[in-house]
Amino acid sequence: MKEKPERKEEFRTTVNGTVVKRVYTPTDLEEPKPDTSFPGEYPFTRHVMPTGYRGRLWTMRQYSGFATVEETNKRYKYLYEQGVTGFSIAFHLPTQLGYDSDHPLAVGEVGKCGVAIDSLQDMERLWDGISLADVSTSMTINATAPILLAMYVAAAEKQEASQEKLRGTVQNDLLKEYIARNTYIFGPEPSMRLITDLCSYCAQNMPKWNPISISGYHMREAGATAIQEAAFTLANGIAYAQAMVDKGMAVDSFAPRFSFFFAAYTNLLEEIAKFRAVRRLWAKIMKERFGAQDPRSMMLRFHAQTDGFTLTEQQPINNIVRVTLQALAATLGSCQSLHTNSFDEALALPSEEAVQVALRTQQIIAHESGISDTVDPVGGSYYVEWLTNKIEAGVQEYLAKIDSMGGALEAIKKGFIQTEIMRSAYNYQKAVDSGEQVVVGVNMFATEDKPTLKLLEIDEEIEKKQLKRLSKLKRERDNKRVSQVLDKVRQVAEGDQNIMPVLIEAVKAYATVGEITDALRDVFGEYREPTIV
Amino acid sequence: MRGKKIRVLIAKPGLDGHDRGAKVIAQGLRDAGMEVIYLGLRLTPEQIAEAAIQEDVDVVGLSCLSGAHMALLPKTVKLIREQDNKDILFIGGGIIPEKDIPKLREADIAQVFGPGVPLSEIIDFIKTRLEVKINDSKD
Repeated sequence: MKEKPERKEEFRTTVNGTVVKRVYTPTDLEEPKPDTSFPGEYPFTRHVMPTGYRGRLWTMRQYSGFATVEETNKRYKYLYEQGVTGFSIAFHLPTQLGYDSDHPLAVGEVGKCGVAIDSLQDMERLWDGISLADVSTSMTINATAPILLAMYVAAAEKQEASQEKLRGTVQNDLLKEYIARNTYIFGPEPSMRLITDLCSYCAQNMPKWNPISISGYHMREAGATAIQEAAFTLANGIAYAQAMVDKGMAVDSFAPRFSFFFAAYTNLLEEIAKFRAVRRLWAKIMKERFGAQDPRSMMLRFHAQTDGFTLTEQQPINNIVRVTLQALAATLGSCQSLHTNSFDEALALPSEEAVQVALRTQQIIAHESGISDTVDPVGGSYYVEWLTNKIEAGVQEYLAKIDSMGGALEAIKKGFIQTEIMRSAYNYQKAVDSGEQVVVGVNMFATEDKPTLKLLEIDEEIEKKQLKRLSKLKRERDNKRVSQVLDKVRQVAEGDQNIMPVLIEAVKAYATVGEITDALRDVFGEYREPTIV
Repeated sequence: MRGKKIRVLIAKPGLDGHDRGAKVIAQGLRDAGMEVIYLGLRLTPEQIAEAAIQEDVDVVGLSCLSGAHMALLPKTVKLIREQDNKDILFIGGGIIPEKDIPKLREADIAQVFGPGVPLSEIIDFIKTRLEVKINDSKD
């Protein structure tokens, strides 16, 4: 039979990705030795749990927060009614960067990228009518993570929920902030101290809390390839684990609560392979490098989010399809928790309607598609198994390089990781501009139509409302107590005691995020990134 | 244009950390033969204005994805215009709702480039605008 010529000379996964062969057969899986492990069994390639989604479905967790606590509380209750099984707080940038809403740098930012939280009072009101003992909450917070966790613990205490019972996650991953997300405040050394203080506090007091979510998502958003995302995330994970060990903690006392966060792009099979590869790699790293004994230390549990960068402003309804493919990648990749993006996110913060579609996408996959009926349904596919090996090998190459540079922190200080990602981002754009990477509705099948969606708008009055509330709080609280406790924060920061207890004391005195961060700034100073382009 | 390279300042005002777009554009404009100063992120309008004047640039590109663009972009332009004697060209980018674009134009931002715009379109826009300007000044 006459063969049809192939459409192009070379087929690759996403830009800069792996070269893909025409067909895969068992001979592609002879080297390395085939991985025949079962789900729930070392190295956990297929799933961390033996029963997979037959036991427990992934947590459907929608990242959300805007305006003031009242508007966000309303959105949380709406999401809960619609069937989310976990909450995820988006904080506005001033809270993430340790400024109160009344700081000059906060002008225009109040309530925009997330909810405005200045004090414990805001945190208490955020959870009005929601019982913190019964929910699981993820907080995307990094430089100010210890302060916001302190507020969460204090707010729960007011509801008579003790910290041992609290379930959730703080992101608390500063290394990737220096690389990509950019909400650092302090330099790498004090940041590592705060991160490890929080982790050891949780290991001792909050057994159900994930004290860190080691994140590749933002590096991917910034342009990293799948292999780079996996490699740099694991390199950061190694750096955190080493820092904990250096602090004198036994690996099995903290590693079971390490959690991860990855992006899901649209290249379905590449993403699935990436998730399988990182699980296998982390298990080996924990066992072989860190000598972990507890299997839970070796399990890479992760949250996934469909990738924001891949969404288009043009023909935005198409984004529903992209999100579906990405959500399939995450769930076929055995994630523990998932956020699906809303189709209007290239235009604005999501509207209620768009959020509902995003959540329904997960529910349809979970309950109609059949993918949750058996564990790791794509396992055994010649291509997926081959690609899993290929990604693993690519990641190992990067890890060896980063090791030779002295670890992730050194590689970041040298600008190595940032430069790698920047180059990939630029190559991606060039590939889109040249048409090599097709983006439907943008560089192929484009139309002149402008989207007509009803978008969420943040009222300008929001800023005034928050400022009024903050000034009332600053007037009415016991300011003598506040200044005493802030002195104490400085003292503890200067010494080597764990920072968490004094932060809990400070937030209970209604010291604000900005005031507490300023006290820490007095001791730690501020970091300014070396600008690399 | 007079054999002199076009000088461009790219900066991110405000607290937003999404810098993929700004960095890709900085690299793209540089590859197109322009001299690019990437000032970085978390900058106040005052800091950007000072750099724009000091560096004597022809173009200022401002990127904002946090939703604070209306508070930050017009203010930055205004501060620069107060000391600008060469009619700097302003362009913007980010997640900017359609309804804000006319207001940004009124604030003297010549064009807003949202997601999905090819680099070549931005490069052509800058080159065309600056050539028009030079021809105008010859009259």
